[in-house]
Amino acid sequence: MEGTAVRGRLTWRLAELVAEKPETPHAKTLVFGVPGWPGHIPGQHIDIRLTAEDGYQTERSYSIASAPDGDVIEITVERLEDGEVSPYLDDVLRVGDKLELRGPIGGHFVWDVEDGGPLLLIAGGSGVAPLMAMIRRRAQLKSQIPTRLLYSARSLDDVFYRDELERRSETESNLDVVLTLTRSQPAGWSGQVRRIDRAMIAEIAWPLSDRPLCYICGPTTLVEAAARFMVELGHDPARIKTERFGPTG
Amino acid sequence: MEARVRASFISRGFRGRRQDPELAARIPPGQYLTQDFPVLSAGPTPYTPLDRWDFRLADKGQPVGRWGWEEFLALPRETITTDIHCVTKWSKLDTHWEGISLDVLLGDLQQDGRYIMAHCDGGYTTNLPIEHVLGGKAWIAFQYDGKPLEPEHGGPARLLVPHLYFWKSAKWIRRIDLMDQDRPGFWEELGYHDLGDPWKEQRYAGD
Repeated sequence: MEGTAVRGRLTWRLAELVAEKPETPHAKTLVFGVPGWPGHIPGQHIDIRLTAEDGYQTERSYSIASAPDGDVIEITVERLEDGEVSPYLDDVLRVGDKLELRGPIGGHFVWDVEDGGPLLLIAGGSGVAPLMAMIRRRAQLKSQIPTRLLYSARSLDDVFYRDELERRSETESNLDVVLTLTRSQPAGWSGQVRRIDRAMIAEIAWPLSDRPLCYICGPTTLVEAAARFMVELGHDPARIKTERFGPTG
Repeated sequence: MEARVRASFISRGFRGRRQDPELAARIPPGQYLTQDFPVLSAGPTPYTPLDRWDFRLADKGQPVGRWGWEEFLALPRETITTDIHCVTKWSKLDTHWEGISLDVLLGDLQQDGRYIMAHCDGGYTTNLPIEHVLGGKAWIAFQYDGKPLEPEHGGPARLLVPHLYFWKSAKWIRRIDLMDQDRPGFWEELGYHDLGDPWKEQRYAGD
């Protein structure tokens, strides 16, 4: 989707919170209805703007976690206790409230089925959100593109979209989900426990001859390491797209 | 049906965090202050060994200058203390850099009404009007906080144009081309603003 430019002016739109659902003890998904929403490509993000009564404003960016679906978009907000915006979105904003947002933004870290695969998705923490939009898009179009998600989280409780990922990996062909739980594991956990390392990537990445298309999103250390391992294994840097993504306040 | 938003929309129950007025005056609209130095890049960090590094200058496609690493460092250096502003909303105050001013590099070339394109390892590009990189406004920086610039922050050398959003401060710079006509670089082609003045909040095309 290289060259998928955002054309024309990105206007602020008044969106309404239509639903919310908890994802983890520290994160929840917010579902917005956005009249006039022009649609988006998985991987793109929105800007949110909050305005106080005295006119003070602040903005934050959030990746869209949902597949294109008319004028409805979903984001997942991880709460930062000392943050300025995430506690507001978590505590104050209620279904029926409105807020200003604009988008979709970004034309590089994007994937749609015509971009093909095989698709290697590598996520750390909340960085899974834009990759989830890709997984959902693939399912929405009943695509069989071979797709693997390698997802690093601190514990099972910190895994976003856990039930959905489990269900999809069991029911959708050619979709594999590999979790690595780096801080604590439930009793009987037989999966990965290490931080994402070279051996893990070598095992999960397709052979060089398959030329996988790779999207990496998460905290800087994870993204830097995963992208570097991919390049050192011989994968084409031009087919590795990165987005640094951590919780924002 | 477009839902045009009036500037008077108030977020119910939002108070926000106020900075001390002196600091607040240094933070452009929509930005927030960070103490970290977040890293943003579109692809893998390139690692170019210094013995293979050079910096090139071209005018309308014709090579007009080339410096190896040691030659580059022998040019007159400046130290810079400046605030920086990323389009992803963070601003960082009083960052310390050392680099070569673009006045030194471009001083002998015809300048009026022209544009530059910065070219980087990894294929990244960004475009700038020449008046925004001359007159003590832009540098090629190779030190940050008294240490060699880390690869993830653009080392060995990056463009530093602190009065514009930080995507203009291209990491891993290797070449500057002077052009008679403006052309969009990497993010500019993808819908980001052609200039990117944070004080005018020029984030995206049309802002």
